[in-house]
Amino acid sequence: MLCDICGKNQATVHLTEIVNDQMTELHLCEPCAQAKSQEMEQQFGLGDLLAGMVDFEKPAAEKDAVAIKCPNCNLTYADFKKIGRLGCGECYSTFKKYLVPLLKRIHGSSQHLGKSPLKVGKVLKKRIDMQELRLKLKNAVDSEAFEEAARLRDQIKEIEKKQSQGGEGTKGDQDAA
Amino acid sequence: MQLNDLLSHTSEWLKGTGPNCDVVISSRLRLARNLIKSPFPHWAGKEQTEEVLKAVEDVANKDECLKRATIFRLSDMDIVDKQFLVERHLMSLEHTQKANNKAVIIDDDEVVSIMVNEEDHLRIQVMQSGFNLFEAWAIINKIDDCLGKELSFAFMPEWGYLTACPTNTGTGMRGSVMLHLPALVMTRQIDRVLAAIAKLSFTTRGLFGEGTQATGNFFQISNQVSLGHSEDDIIESINSLIRQIIEQENQAREAMLSKNRPLLEDRVNRSFGILKSAYIISSDETIELLSMLRLGCDLGILNVGKSLDRRAINELFIITQPAHLQKIESKKLSSQERDVKRAELIRKKLQVV
Repeated sequence: MLCDICGKNQATVHLTEIVNDQMTELHLCEPCAQAKSQEMEQQFGLGDLLAGMVDFEKPAAEKDAVAIKCPNCNLTYADFKKIGRLGCGECYSTFKKYLVPLLKRIHGSSQHLGKSPLKVGKVLKKRIDMQELRLKLKNAVDSEAFEEAARLRDQIKEIEKKQSQGGEGTKGDQDAA
Repeated sequence: MQLNDLLSHTSEWLKGTGPNCDVVISSRLRLARNLIKSPFPHWAGKEQTEEVLKAVEDVANKDECLKRATIFRLSDMDIVDKQFLVERHLMSLEHTQKANNKAVIIDDDEVVSIMVNEEDHLRIQVMQSGFNLFEAWAIINKIDDCLGKELSFAFMPEWGYLTACPTNTGTGMRGSVMLHLPALVMTRQIDRVLAAIAKLSFTTRGLFGEGTQATGNFFQISNQVSLGHSEDDIIESINSLIRQIIEQENQAREAMLSKNRPLLEDRVNRSFGILKSAYIISSDETIELLSMLRLGCDLGILNVGKSLDRRAINELFIITQPAHLQKIESKKLSSQERDVKRAELIRKKLQVV
């Protein structure tokens, strides 16, 4: 029997699903079944599962983590593990180390590319442009588009040169944090 | 504006106009925003949520982007009022849950609504009739900029807008498109379509948003990823997915029409017959039957003349909802009483056709 979703591989997982009181049987191959189970997990209160997505190399590392407390709102990492929600914007800085892998798993990326608030100002806008350029450079290198990569590298160097001359400092960064 | 004034309005999402309005009911964007330093609503104390609400009220009262908007505190509403706003898609079911200092800001056209102290401090929403996410983006982007001039939003350059739940971090944006897909359901292709949607990290929900089941062939499709792509890219990825689904639905409609026209004509006009004659009817059955009516209207096979257009059918979807019925009758009704009143209202509306 072939897989109901991809229609290519042999179905090895057999699943009964009840949607709107209607029972459907699904016969899936291993990869499709995994995708399906992720989809189902997301329906069961995603928040509770979030904290479980952070991998700790050693149990001891997790033990250290749970005691960390956000200085702004007093949420601890243990609280986050329990409720799956952060306590305030500052928590993102407090728990940064643990959130990087988490955000990567949720979104497939940990680099913002959208708009930024007008208030944050021009310095930040430049930094974001730079981050976008660096990401493009990385993609160009990964896809072996070396001419494009060289162009981007020069562009980045040029901007960095200007910035160090202009002496634009870290104030914008502090405003943003 | 008073809450009851909305009763005589047609909700933006039910206007039945805009691009691809035969298959697409409405397009919706929302942005999650939080104030810098203030604890998120679930973690905040009563005084802290009060502070946030006051700050937002101050801005909303003078903000030019929200000139014709009204602020409603949820503490001033009864359960029917709250449910009424959920039915009109002006706030989420979650927002009806008891908690401190919740409010909703609604503009007169019901295009813009802002939930205050929901999961995030601000949930800004813009609704457009038909398939029109870019227009929604133009409107919501302006409002966000306006609010951002007065309020400092929690933001980090690398992670964008910071939200209570890390699943919304980044753009804080979710785009949803409400589709009516009767032909894909009837030809049993819908499971295949929904499975493909899930694989592409989009979610499917029912007519009334999070936590509701798909009824009457209505499906709300939204993006899940909010970090690592610009707003335009996210909208474009939703659009390209939706375009394909629209095409599949249209193909299925044409195929059914050419291969089995009598079956379609029977189902559509039989649905009309039941709606016109029923004395007791549940809201689920109403939605199922109205779905058929809408399809018949789209395909021109509903034999009732031109006066029953898409807008009139859409209106029936909303006024037959439990809280709307109770608002119209201006009193609380039990579920059984509603089923009788609902049938009465539908008979009255369809009689003139």
